Amino acid sequence: MDFPTILQILDSAVRLMTPLLLACLAGLYSERAGVFDIGLEGKMLMAAFAAAAVAYATNSAWLGLCAGIMGALAMSAIHGLAAITFRGNQLISGVAINFLASGLTVLLGQKIFGLAGRTPALAGPARFSEITLPFAEALRPVPVIGPIYAELISGHTILVYVAFAMVPLTWWVLYRTRFGLRLRAVGENPASVDTAGVSVTRLRYGAVAICGVLCGIAGAYLATGISAGFVKEMTAGRGFIALAALIFAKWRPWAALGATFLFGLLEALANRFPNLDLGIITVPSMFMSALPYILTVIILAGFVGRAIPPRAGGEPYVKER
Amino acid sequence: MERMPKWADVILTPLISLVLAFAISALVILAIGESPTEALKVMVEGALGSSYGWGFTLYYATNFIFTGLAVTVAYHAGLFNIGGEGQAAMGGLGVALVLLAVPWPHWALALPAAMVGAAVFGALWALIPAWLQAKRGSHIVITTIMFNFIAAALLNYVLVNLLRPVGSMDPASARFPEAAHLPKLTDMALAFGMQWGKNTPANVTFFVAVIACLLVWLLIWRSRLGYEIRAFGKSERGAVYAGISPVRITVIAMLISGALAGLMAINNVMGEAERLVLNAVEGAGFIGIAVALMGRNHPFGVLLAALLFGFLYQGGGELALWTSVPRELIVVIQALVILFTGALDNMVRMPLERIFMALRKGRA
Repeated sequence: MDFPTILQILDSAVRLMTPLLLACLAGLYSERAGVFDIGLEGKMLMAAFAAAAVAYATNSAWLGLCAGIMGALAMSAIHGLAAITFRGNQLISGVAINFLASGLTVLLGQKIFGLAGRTPALAGPARFSEITLPFAEALRPVPVIGPIYAELISGHTILVYVAFAMVPLTWWVLYRTRFGLRLRAVGENPASVDTAGVSVTRLRYGAVAICGVLCGIAGAYLATGISAGFVKEMTAGRGFIALAALIFAKWRPWAALGATFLFGLLEALANRFPNLDLGIITVPSMFMSALPYILTVIILAGFVGRAIPPRAGGEPYVKER
Repeated sequence: MERMPKWADVILTPLISLVLAFAISALVILAIGESPTEALKVMVEGALGSSYGWGFTLYYATNFIFTGLAVTVAYHAGLFNIGGEGQAAMGGLGVALVLLAVPWPHWALALPAAMVGAAVFGALWALIPAWLQAKRGSHIVITTIMFNFIAAALLNYVLVNLLRPVGSMDPASARFPEAAHLPKLTDMALAFGMQWGKNTPANVTFFVAVIACLLVWLLIWRSRLGYEIRAFGKSERGAVYAGISPVRITVIAMLISGALAGLMAINNVMGEAERLVLNAVEGAGFIGIAVALMGRNHPFGVLLAALLFGFLYQGGGELALWTSVPRELIVVIQALVILFTGALDNMVRMPLERIFMALRKGRA
């Protein structure tokens, strides 16, 4: 493999990891606050549809992004209602949200556009265009650093940079602010937060809402950034890969960056080399696509560093009287 | 003191949840500009109006009985098996391997062998998540989700690279031997001189599924193992104190659950397609979750809920055929049923409890 090929694969990995990273951080806020979320997939799907539909109608990718966030927030509201207010089973609620999004997007899409669940192709300002960073062309001739800057770092849509900026931001919010401290506490021991006079319900709703916003950006990126329009089931299991990445990262923001990069790289490699020839054996593409899940199971099994979820995760909080 | 009489807990609460789910489904149909009553008419007509419709309804219901029972058994052990989809897919592989390995002379011999293949493969696919949950504390929901995806990739590989007949482009196995063809319900009706359900896939597996309901009921409520499973599901600490091994119960419950999900392959792979195709399960594993929730995790409830979902599935297909409502309406209804009977259960239960408490106070 020569240098330009490696750069291309890395570039593709960055594009593919962006929705994973956003969804992974979304799950991180929710699960760190003690609300399990296996509905990331559904939230992203709903957001992708809403973003594509509104971007098409208004010819504005930004309005599409807002609609995407609203769509994902609506799903978050259902999850919050079920998981926090009515103390229902968070896993079942997540399953329901995935199906709800999967069905509603096709139903609405068929009603509005009549294209069997697709939205019309987006073009021009209805999509997020790629940004060329300053001096990208001027620096290109510089050996090694030039191509890395021009190919890999420059030339992505704004949402990619937003996703990467979310990593330090999330770290800062989680570990350096009062909100973050309370958020983590509510996921470990909600009773202590309640005793301190802070509302568990409000904190958890806040976390679930942040989760919705980030899933919204992820969905909008899928429909108006990486591709040009919504296609039925376009998330294609990314919500679950993000969930896998979250466990892989042991619910930590910087590790989430690494985990989603790894999974994005695997996807990029599988796209580029359908059958990876390693000399001795040929790795089939199916193995590459299953690898994130296999790795997650291994991590969950605790053979390579144990992944321990937030202690109060999945449990509704009942206020003592 | 009980907050509610038993009938309110077992029948009234789920009924109200269901009514809510269907009311919102009707609103969704209204929102996409169709009439809910017309839609219901088309569905009833298409799914129950003829023996042809019934043939498909029963075929789908058979799938859902197996996957619903799978979720039920795991639920009683306090485990949420979301991996029915993968376990049913692996069951299909088991069926295909058994049926392709031996030139079966008669279906009556092939059926038990294929059932063993389906159950063993389904159970083995549930074994690893079960073992990881019991021994390493990895959350079974997450591992079974991961195993669904791994199963899909594995089947894809097996069908494309190993089972695909030479010269075929289709990622599917060879056809099963002619003699392993399961009798369809229509053939059985003909034997009694009845014209029923011509060209429908419903087959003898339906009776196997009904028997499975009975066996699961016996297992859960009439056997020592079932008692241990329920005790463990209610309180792990209590079960341990009673000398019940958590590892053993987790593994056994998941093995049974996986075997039941795998058995679904008798219906769709052996009974209908008569070869193993890609994505043969078509989401039936997930519908099992809705079926189990709606059936209150009781085999009889599962049977009824599976019939209802069989009706919805076949009716939804007819709806897509004759009106502009896409098939995905069923997915929305399924989601709403899961949401209201599963996750939003307390939304109905809490006000009901308050009403019954008030009534009791009024009387006292």
